[in-house]
Amino acid sequence: MKGSSALTEDTEMILRLFRTMSLIREFETAAAGLLASGALDGTLHMSIGQEAVAVGVCDVLMPDDYITSTHRGHGHCIAKGGKVKPMMSELYGHVGGYSAGRSGSMHLADAEVGILGANAIVGAGIPIAVGAGFSAKARKSRQVSGTFFGEGAVAEGVFHESLNLAALWRLPVIFVCENNGYAEMSPMSVHLVTEDVVDFASPYGIPGVQVDGNDVFAVRAAAAEAVERARDGGGPTLLECKTYRVHGHYEGDPQRYRDKAEVEQWRANDPLKRLTDAVSTNAALISEMEEVTSEVASEVQEAIAWAESDPHPELSSVLSDVYRDPSSFVRNSATWRSRMGESEVL
Amino acid sequence: MSEVKYWQAINSALREEMQRDESVHIFGEDVGAQGGAFGASKGLLGEFGEWRVRDTPISEAIIGGLAVGSALTGLRPVAEIMYLDFITLAMDQIVNQAAKMSYMSAGKFSVPLTVRTVCGAHRGSGPQHSQHLESWFAAVPGLKVVWGGTPADAKGLLKAAIRDDDPVIVIESLSLWGQRGDVPDDPEVVVPIGKALLRREGNDVTLVCWGGMVPRAELAAKALSESGINADLIDLRTLSPIDEPLILSSIAKTGHLVVVQDANGPCSIGSEVIRLAATEGFSSLRGQAVHITPPFAPVPFPRELEQAYFPQSDNIVTAVQNLLLKGSM
Repeated sequence: MKGSSALTEDTEMILRLFRTMSLIREFETAAAGLLASGALDGTLHMSIGQEAVAVGVCDVLMPDDYITSTHRGHGHCIAKGGKVKPMMSELYGHVGGYSAGRSGSMHLADAEVGILGANAIVGAGIPIAVGAGFSAKARKSRQVSGTFFGEGAVAEGVFHESLNLAALWRLPVIFVCENNGYAEMSPMSVHLVTEDVVDFASPYGIPGVQVDGNDVFAVRAAAAEAVERARDGGGPTLLECKTYRVHGHYEGDPQRYRDKAEVEQWRANDPLKRLTDAVSTNAALISEMEEVTSEVASEVQEAIAWAESDPHPELSSVLSDVYRDPSSFVRNSATWRSRMGESEVL
Repeated sequence: MSEVKYWQAINSALREEMQRDESVHIFGEDVGAQGGAFGASKGLLGEFGEWRVRDTPISEAIIGGLAVGSALTGLRPVAEIMYLDFITLAMDQIVNQAAKMSYMSAGKFSVPLTVRTVCGAHRGSGPQHSQHLESWFAAVPGLKVVWGGTPADAKGLLKAAIRDDDPVIVIESLSLWGQRGDVPDDPEVVVPIGKALLRREGNDVTLVCWGGMVPRAELAAKALSESGINADLIDLRTLSPIDEPLILSSIAKTGHLVVVQDANGPCSIGSEVIRLAATEGFSSLRGQAVHITPPFAPVPFPRELEQAYFPQSDNIVTAVQNLLLKGSM
């Protein structure tokens, strides 16, 4: 496993990484509170404890590079340049949300910054990222495509179909496994024949790299190498980031599958704490980081205020964006429109 | 007009659309050097090169993923699924991803992909190469579904699907593969999605069909007219959305509805046509609607069983005659 590389001299980069990780932490911590208080409906899947993976990888991607994400996707979305206001509004189910408030936390997509969607189907983003990599290569662009998935998705057939094809066609795809030890509510030992997802790289003949996923510098360095290789036509890489999900699979998960002591042990290995510890001798930097912490807290509070004042969707929006050209489907919605009190226009 | 075979019409639709728009890429199993399992992409690899005409592994889920991912990022992919039965392996990408991405992104993403697939029925292909699964896709908002029953419609509908900004499932019939028909030479002629075609006009009964059933229904309509019964023969062509106004205006004229299909009956396109007649068309009907379908069983392999399993033109003739006889009593 590649260990920590103390790149503490680049303070601009350190502050950038710290800011994004802190923003993710703050966003999710606030959202967890809002859900618990009843301000939000539905459920949420938090990536608290895993922020270094999203941030380390996305820091080396360009704005026009692509990512696909998962049901646990808030961090990926923020790290790739998604905006916290439409994210928060989507959690509220309000019109300013990324899906106009109609899809919720697991469906965050932003065409402007290459986010091809979080995804509520485990593993489904992986082949989509391969499709984006194919598109980049076929168009002779230098874009690359990254896909985040958990080790639970490795048991899905599409993971293997995707690795095979990306390797066969040498597509510019970075497969990023966030190995947090638990596939939904069962430990890895129940799901996979190996403890190391990186083992699946060699059968497909592609580079496999395993890093400490709570060390943002290590993640970033490994991702930078993989991205450079992909951009230069060297094909895909499987990057396994060993990390831990401090919250349950979903908010409210009773977590009968693990000991509290294990969770506490990982809290001590928190990626934000690791980052601050790495630069603890630099008093000026630490002071700047404290400032950043309060800035991102304000940013999230502003997003909450914005989302709360953002209106609920109109009933008619149920029919919006189902088709780019819905003209031939007008009749199919006649019953719905009459339920809404609109006269039938047939 | 030129007279060409059904598969040649498909081949020319692909060629014309690839010439017209360089973002059109095709991929699937054996589409390259082999030109497709049945020849639909014959000659295209040489003309357009390996990145626009690309063989994939036998991995339908990744074919679906390639289609969705490339459609989101600037291409207009045409993914081939060799047999309609095999599409079951790509359902997540079609149903959960392609169909919902426009909605889930509030219209910021469109998914201009086409999935071409072939129904292998009537060729002794057996239970896993002969299914009619069209109603599965017609039940999913976000998808459009078309099925041409002649060379001209196979070509015109495929071209319309490729140009459409929504995901479109294009089904073709292996049973019609060598059938000849007149096809427009003008590469700008497309068959609009959502429009059925009245293939024959009559005042006595509305006969609805689509896809591989079209030639058998035409034969039946011809035989019926020789016995003095004139049918309005509607070829749906688009299965989602169904051309409801044409069906309603036809039954308003004839008062009788017969739907004939190769798909199993429950929850099918035919059920939907009869649902329409029983609701909005209720006052038009002067007799019971008739639904002619195969038995609720898999498609048998032996020729004589398969022939008996699928409705033939004489079954249609008899059903229509019985209906009208009852109606006149």
